[in-house]
Amino acid sequence: MILTVNHVTTYGYGEPMGTAVQSLRLFPSRFEGQRVIDWQVSVEGGVRGGAFRDGAGDRVEGWSIRPPVEEVAITVSGQVETFDTSGVLRGHRESVHPMAYLRETVATWIDDALADLGAEAVAGASDELDRAHRLSRAVAEAIAYRPGATHAHTTAAEALAQGEGVCQDHAHALIAAARSVDLPARYVSGYLFASEDGSPHEAAHAWAEIWVKPVGWIGFDPANRCCPDERYIRLGSGLDAREAAPVRGVTQGAGEERMKVTVALHEVQQ
Amino acid sequence: MTEYFNEMFEGREVRPPYAGLDGWMREMPAQLRAMKQAEAEALFRRIGITFAVYGEGGDPDRLIPFDMFPRVFTQKEWRRLERGIKQRARALNAFLNDVYGRGEIVRAGRIPARLVYQNAAYERAVAGFVPPRGIYSHIVGVDLVRTGPDQFFVLEDNCRTPSGVSYMLENREIMMRMFPKLFRENRIEPVDGYPEALRRTLASVAPAKCESEPSIAILTPGHFNSAYYEHSFLADLMGVELVEGADLFVEGGFCWMRTTEGPKKLDVIYRRIDDAFLDPLCFRPDSMLGVPGLMDVYRSGGVTICSAPGAGVADDKAIYTFVPEMVRFYLGEEPLLENVPTWQCAKPDDLKYVLDHLPELVVKEVHGSGGYGMLVGPKATREQIETFRIKIEDNPHNYIAQPTLALSTTPTFVEEGVAPRHVDLRPYCLVGEKIELVPGGLTRVALTEGSLVVNSSQGGGVKDTWVLAE
Amino acid sequence: MLSRTAENLYWIARYMERAETMGRLLEVGARISLIPSAGHGYRSEWESLLQASGTAEGFAEKYGDPVQRNIESYLFFDRDNPSSVVSCIERARENARIVRTAISGQVWDALNTAYQEILQIERQPRSEWELTELCEWVARQSALLRGAMDATMLRNDGFFFMNLGYALERADNSARLVDVKYFVLLPSVELVGSGLDNYQWQVLLRALKALRAFHWAYGGEVTASKIIDFLILNPASPRSLMSATRKAMHHLDNLARFYGDAPGADLALLHARALVKELEQTEVAEIVDEGLHEFLTRFIGEIGQVAALVQRSYLSGEAR
Repeated sequence: MILTVNHVTTYGYGEPMGTAVQSLRLFPSRFEGQRVIDWQVSVEGGVRGGAFRDGAGDRVEGWSIRPPVEEVAITVSGQVETFDTSGVLRGHRESVHPMAYLRETVATWIDDALADLGAEAVAGASDELDRAHRLSRAVAEAIAYRPGATHAHTTAAEALAQGEGVCQDHAHALIAAARSVDLPARYVSGYLFASEDGSPHEAAHAWAEIWVKPVGWIGFDPANRCCPDERYIRLGSGLDAREAAPVRGVTQGAGEERMKVTVALHEVQQ
Repeated sequence: MTEYFNEMFEGREVRPPYAGLDGWMREMPAQLRAMKQAEAEALFRRIGITFAVYGEGGDPDRLIPFDMFPRVFTQKEWRRLERGIKQRARALNAFLNDVYGRGEIVRAGRIPARLVYQNAAYERAVAGFVPPRGIYSHIVGVDLVRTGPDQFFVLEDNCRTPSGVSYMLENREIMMRMFPKLFRENRIEPVDGYPEALRRTLASVAPAKCESEPSIAILTPGHFNSAYYEHSFLADLMGVELVEGADLFVEGGFCWMRTTEGPKKLDVIYRRIDDAFLDPLCFRPDSMLGVPGLMDVYRSGGVTICSAPGAGVADDKAIYTFVPEMVRFYLGEEPLLENVPTWQCAKPDDLKYVLDHLPELVVKEVHGSGGYGMLVGPKATREQIETFRIKIEDNPHNYIAQPTLALSTTPTFVEEGVAPRHVDLRPYCLVGEKIELVPGGLTRVALTEGSLVVNSSQGGGVKDTWVLAE
Repeated sequence: MLSRTAENLYWIARYMERAETMGRLLEVGARISLIPSAGHGYRSEWESLLQASGTAEGFAEKYGDPVQRNIESYLFFDRDNPSSVVSCIERARENARIVRTAISGQVWDALNTAYQEILQIERQPRSEWELTELCEWVARQSALLRGAMDATMLRNDGFFFMNLGYALERADNSARLVDVKYFVLLPSVELVGSGLDNYQWQVLLRALKALRAFHWAYGGEVTASKIIDFLILNPASPRSLMSATRKAMHHLDNLARFYGDAPGADLALLHARALVKELEQTEVAEIVDEGLHEFLTRFIGEIGQVAALVQRSYLSGEAR
């Protein structure tokens, strides 16, 4: 599948602000599931800073914008050819040990309910792959997809207690449940191409990856009850949504920040 | 009754290193001694070397007690220590390089993966990044204790930002000013080359992108920090800027200082703030001390941070046990300095032993420092021991235990004259293009009779440390 | 030099000059209050002090009516008042501690000693201190610091920033001191030129330690226009607005030279030059025409503008 992406993130402030500094993880991962044909990231009025590929294999680029800053607009456009690898992150170069993904964070804190969910889900599983699938299913069943029911800072435990949420909550809950049974897990941000048939999800998407011996990292998307396939574009990963955020920034000043995001994905007919 | 090794006296005999001090000690009238002590204190106050103790209130400009009786090593003793310390510094850096790279030592099964990768001090953010020259810890402070003429043990390693070197320098300065005759009569290796050696070390790890003379700065949390004096002292002696986070910003892949002549590029940062506060974009988002975007610049090779973020995973008390193993694994050598035998309460067998022998052991928190949160079994009351027992049982992972060491003593000026007091030693090993160690260090002394706790936060004092020339 | 270091040095000087001004203001107040003014009793003099020092609002919030004793406490000892002598000395010393290595040992000693002594003074009962003694003590500390600076500091950017701080603060403060007189005189225009008026002017000169200098410079009778000339326009008078502004210009010039800037590149310097030129071309009569208070208010604004440009050019570390 060849997908084109147009993604604009705009931050507006009520008043002129001081310097803005940003760290962007807005570049498609390099692995067998995707091949970049063309990819451009730019920040209007910004100065490009250091760029590098981190230990998790993500490309990171720093940007800064001199004061006064009234608006920050980050534009991503490009074209990627994708392939179905059944969720397996094959051919991805990284140097972080999987065990480093057992660490808990605020958003993925394991409470009793999450630990119970994890333990019950994996009971009777045949191998690690089976355990991972069962966990993903259990989370999908425990949390119904309902936009607006949760917010950016909702934790996995809160979403589970509430029984509803969006893809971020599904991913957090799956990560916490996996870690509770000693499976390393991480948060992945990216895009999902929603075909014409009326799939309800937004194009900016998130899912989880679980370290499954002996295969390696495998993606699981409980929100869509599947593993990522050629409709998915993978960008970056982290311990939770905050760490994996495609845009991380600090802007000096007291103005209130308003964010607007538009993402459009199209399939290129061949 | 434990026998303690006295570094000056063997029975009634004076050991050779202290031969030059025996007469000095005996001939000094009590009045002169009191005068000199007052003079030393006035000098320290005037210079402004003070030390704030956390969580105690009281005088914010407190002085660390200075004992005028020097601690002495022979050249031969020092050579041995020097080789051992340098060996350790190499091994620790090799370990850091390895665990942020391929992790061979873990693959080889010599250190449990969990201890490394689940360690709170392991920074995922720098995995795969190799700092200039592959050096993570540029200043290694190795805390040593002595129990006999040839017995030295490493108590702990400090790979992040070991403090106290300003005392090493000022103690010497003040001793030379007060007792010039002593220095004429004894041939003592100088320590004043330290600042220049530190500057050289920092300059040698400038990023590859730096094409001219590297610009260096010390990053301090600010003037309210207890060690601010040391930060400003070192900056001054090295002739480099002393900066706070707000003095720096990033742009175009470099780090810049705000100066009266506009932005000036900074190549090497000797930071005296913790990893968590370096960059709100990468670590704690609420940090006001750091520089937003600094870690991106660091990881793309625009600036060097010393010590490297993530270096703390090597000086963790749980990792400490494995340092001799690191020496063998990376250097193919036998360790020249011994570790203190350590029981890991996380291991069931060790835990049982520790709980059965609490009155004999020293128990420490894995992540603690400064002598806080520790139990010294032989000095503790039954009640204190029982309280600690509950703490250990509740969270065994958090504790290690070591035998109570018979720390050596050196003569120390006390109210009644001169008496033996327990001491330890922290030399500062510099790791850059070369590995250097100035002949000396910080000797800390437990001023209370019988006490084994030398931490300044617990009533310890400091001494000038001499290494005699050949 | 780090911008923050320059800022610390600049503020050491500003705070010390401000402390000295506070001391002098208190002295003026104490003396003026010794003689009754027409109709308004003693209160208006003290109120004018608060007005002139820009602390009236803070005082009213804390104490309400201006009572002499409270005013003395507020202007000298009160840490809630950021302009009190104690606050200023404490901040000057803290700024010095931060940049300890950028100043000479003697400069540090002068500041540290002033701070240690004021802690001592605070510990003693108020009744043991005469206000005039305190005021003289402040003037002495300020002189000691200036002496230490002149004798021991390298003539580099650090020295220029400190002197610039002194000059700008003095220009601002002198204008405010002269303005006290305006507040005192305001109620009765017909008293201008009367014996009472002259007495008050003399008190002002005395507080500025300038009465004898004034007589040497002008001789004869003390008149309002001579005094306006002396305090505002005369370049020989050390506290005149002209002297202070020229000094600021001089040190801005030093800085521009030190940094090897293109001539005329520095906005703060250009502004200071324009201000000096204006003062040089001003006659006493013009000031009286404009109104003394109006003139002084405008001048204080201009000096504030120079300070803002210094901030932008040197202390923010960005604009150049």
